Amino acid sequence: MVKSPATEKAWEVLEEVKDPEIPVLSVVDMGIVRSIEATPEGLQVVITPTYSGCPAMEVIENEVRQALVDGGFGNVEVRSALHPAWTTDWMTESGKQKLLEYGISPPQHSTVDKSVLTGEAKHVVCPNCRSTNTRMQSQFGSTPCKALYVCNDCLEPFDYFKCI
Amino acid sequence: MTSKEALYHYVLKMGDSSLIMGHRLSEWTAHGPVLEHDIALTNIALDYIGQARMLLTYAGELEGKGRSEDDLAYWRDAAQYRNSLLCELPNGDFGQTVVKMFLFDAFQVELHEALSQSPDEQLKAIAIKSLKESKYHLRYSRDWVLRLGDGTEESKIRIANGLEAVWMYFGDLFAPSEGESVLVSDGIVPETASLRKRVEETLRKTFEEATMAVPDFDAVMQEGSQRGIHTEYLSYILSEMQSVTRMHPGATW
Repeated sequence: MVKSPATEKAWEVLEEVKDPEIPVLSVVDMGIVRSIEATPEGLQVVITPTYSGCPAMEVIENEVRQALVDGGFGNVEVRSALHPAWTTDWMTESGKQKLLEYGISPPQHSTVDKSVLTGEAKHVVCPNCRSTNTRMQSQFGSTPCKALYVCNDCLEPFDYFKCI
Repeated sequence: MTSKEALYHYVLKMGDSSLIMGHRLSEWTAHGPVLEHDIALTNIALDYIGQARMLLTYAGELEGKGRSEDDLAYWRDAAQYRNSLLCELPNGDFGQTVVKMFLFDAFQVELHEALSQSPDEQLKAIAIKSLKESKYHLRYSRDWVLRLGDGTEESKIRIANGLEAVWMYFGDLFAPSEGESVLVSDGIVPETASLRKRVEETLRKTFEEATMAVPDFDAVMQEGSQRGIHTEYLSYILSEMQSVTRMHPGATW
């Protein structure tokens, strides 16, 4: 990606736009912002949905546009692209750390599609006591991207960010 | 028929199926057997509707008459809908719902897998995105078929009755959309027979593992969805879904 002062500033602005469902993560941490390009017509931003049914996407699109306009960018075009499909591998390391501190167990490294069919991800970390002795309670949680887990050691129920 | 027109019908079938499947499943919201599964069913319904939005948006583009996802969803009557019959069936009890989901998800995983190779860029992108979700859906519904099928006396009866109630609609999942043969010969979409074989394999394995009677794959099945002939259930779900839009056309808030 070509970096220019304008696009670098835009990335900085978007670091401050939080995911409405997970307010500790920015849309950049989430890997939702795919590219920012400065063109003579204005700034072109490409975002990608996490889950196709994620109701937060429209809010995110509006907030991204608003933040850039407020940040002094005149013409901003925000476009949504499906391809390549979003994966939890795009979440930044600092994003994963912030998630854990917030109380959501972050997704494991490297998405292996087959793991979805063969069994749950191993070593899901309890955000309360950091034990990996945890069990899945339900594959579906409070938002499309999360599953419900319980820690066998400290008995804390928690959200796990699913790998896709 | 041009390839583009045929693709419109194909994508419309997919979009309508996901929309009706999702809308029907959302009836479980706040009625789930336990909180975890209330949340799970609602999440899956949301995924189906999200997929429907991508598909109906694309169908509108292919049609080229300026119709949006909302125009297609809210301003067509039952006879213009092309969803598979299975999707519109009532939920019944939890056993019937999960077995219906299982048939649909087994079909969706194979379809999305095949379309992930399609030379049509947009259909391919939608399929790759949807496949990640379909696998989660299949894992959920398959687990429940196993648990209920190999469960208690009561659960065995419930799931067997559920399967019996929906089985005659299984074949309609594979009913070719208008002009589908053009797309198959152009290599844009998978050929039905091989797709069906793979889906039947998933079903056979799962029902055997669940110690259930494997249904007759050669049974005479209901069909008609691709000619707009639906069960009596579709017009009711549509009238509920469309009532506000039709009462207040163009309303915004």
